[in-house]
Amino acid sequence: MMTEAFPPGLVLLLGAFVLPLVKGRLRDVVALGLPLIALWLVWQIPDGVALSMPFLDYTLEPVKGDSLSRLFATIFAIMAFAGTLFALHQSRVAELAAAFAYSGASIGVAFAGDLITVFVFWEIMALGSTMVLWASGTESAYRAGFRYIIIHLLGGVLLMAGIVDYAAMTGSIVFEAMELGGRATWLILAGFLINVAAPPLSAWLPDAYPEASPGGMVFLSAFTTKTAVYVLLRGFPGTELLIYLGLYMIFYGIIYALLENDMRRILAYSIVNQVGFMVTGIGIGTEMALNGAAAHAFAHIIYKALLLMSAGSVLYMTGRRKCSDLGGLFQSMPLTCICGVIGALAISSFPWTSGFVSKSMINQAAADEHLAALWLLLAAASAGVFLHAGIKFPWFVFFQKDSGLRPPDPPWNMKAAMVLFAFLCIFLGVVPGPLYALLPFPVEYEPYTGGHVVAMLQLLLFSGLAFFLLLPLMKRTLTISLDVDWFYRRAGPSLVAALMALGRPLDQALRRLTLRRVDRFLDRLLHYHGPDGRIAGTWQTGTKVLTITLLFVVVLVFSYL
Amino acid sequence: MKQHWLTRPETIRKLWFGSCGVLVLTVLAQLPFHIKAHFPFEGWFGFAAGFGFLSCVAMVLLAKLLGVVLKRRDTYYDD
Repeated sequence: MMTEAFPPGLVLLLGAFVLPLVKGRLRDVVALGLPLIALWLVWQIPDGVALSMPFLDYTLEPVKGDSLSRLFATIFAIMAFAGTLFALHQSRVAELAAAFAYSGASIGVAFAGDLITVFVFWEIMALGSTMVLWASGTESAYRAGFRYIIIHLLGGVLLMAGIVDYAAMTGSIVFEAMELGGRATWLILAGFLINVAAPPLSAWLPDAYPEASPGGMVFLSAFTTKTAVYVLLRGFPGTELLIYLGLYMIFYGIIYALLENDMRRILAYSIVNQVGFMVTGIGIGTEMALNGAAAHAFAHIIYKALLLMSAGSVLYMTGRRKCSDLGGLFQSMPLTCICGVIGALAISSFPWTSGFVSKSMINQAAADEHLAALWLLLAAASAGVFLHAGIKFPWFVFFQKDSGLRPPDPPWNMKAAMVLFAFLCIFLGVVPGPLYALLPFPVEYEPYTGGHVVAMLQLLLFSGLAFFLLLPLMKRTLTISLDVDWFYRRAGPSLVAALMALGRPLDQALRRLTLRRVDRFLDRLLHYHGPDGRIAGTWQTGTKVLTITLLFVVVLVFSYL
Repeated sequence: MKQHWLTRPETIRKLWFGSCGVLVLTVLAQLPFHIKAHFPFEGWFGFAAGFGFLSCVAMVLLAKLLGVVLKRRDTYYDD
């Protein structure tokens, strides 16, 4: 066993058990302090294996550092801090504890040097995230949580089967880049893809996340999909299939978000959309593309959390989540509105925000590889992001009509978390150097050239023009949109019900036949062995004596013969 | 209820005019700031503006079309 560093994720995992035991001010200090300690520990991890231990015939490497691990672990720890600050006094302690286990496990995945460690933390994440969802305490969250955990346990089973197969085939469990081919790697990839919300099972995300509490969804948005992006970055860089899956996710997210009325479900679809950009970048596989995917994951966690904090604040203060019930809130929630708009600009890759300096690298990689069709699709998608998240979310929530609602901005801790992340969105956009310095490959890219900024402004602002000109077509309706989850929420149960109805006559006939035979058997039993039965009936003493005497006579007669 | 200045019709009219001015400026800005074209079409005058606008129109129409098939009332799964 080798120990050179303390596992940073373990601080939060253990913290999950400590949090419910402390109260009041001390709980605040513990809740906010532990993510910062975890962040500090992340930066104490050296390159290479820092912790290893034997397990069966293999060597586990629970902590193995490099720049990619540190990048993801850093943003996970920052997210754990800001998410906790946002939820500090509003969420139940069970939710915070679950979120600690969830975020600690995601840091565990980021530092996992072997596939078994990946799997263990992967499953802890599935449990932690389900608990976060259930902590919201509503009936709809309870049901959505069940659907969520079933999908994720399925992903876990696929992953485990793949890892076992991989270990048997190669004799190694080291987590490194794999060539897609053969059952083992396909199974592992399938396990990863379920968590990244790739098709065909993208629907679990918009089905489950919006049912969480305001603070819960902020946590949920960050860890599951981004650890999946991390494992794809490490395990399957340059796998062409990922380009196509990523493109599907990008446009799926846009189209469904355009149709959606629930503000947090709009943002859930846009998670799939944004993760699609990262998956596409991983599929392109060049250093520029992988840097872009990693940087975009980092930036995305911040601006998506900010958007969900803004939406969560609105939900917390008004109790409403449908765009058709909201509007005009900029008047009484100015800070929430400004932070929401900053998040919306960042997700749209507006110049001088974090999304601009990260997503541009993925587009640049497509251009460098002369992939014209892909580049055009990514450009159209960038316009689409501005359309569905950049304008639609702030417009329908904070502007459009006056809903008559005048709630104030939320409590201080929620505001502080929003301001922190709004600052980071702009800081990373204006000064991209620190983010670029964290990326896995050296960065030789300058996002701020006059031509690039002008082209991006043209693309985005004319998308805005399209939005306002087409506004009559986007009137909000009290609807949801059918998705793949329809198969297991409606078609599956209906099919079972239909089969039951079909089989009921046969079932009843069989039951009747069996019962009749059982009845006949019992009647016969009763006839011979019942109280009046010939065999079980009680004998009078005289009869008994007579029988014994007769038997005795028979014995005597036979003995003399 | 007193109307917020931002919601007054004259402000909205001014915002439309201002925004249109900004849109024109972003296209004209292509003249002094040369767009480095990775593909020939990228350098066309106002390409990004036209492409952004048209792709948004296409996406909204596609969403509208799919909505006809996919949309259900929001209590669909509660029944």
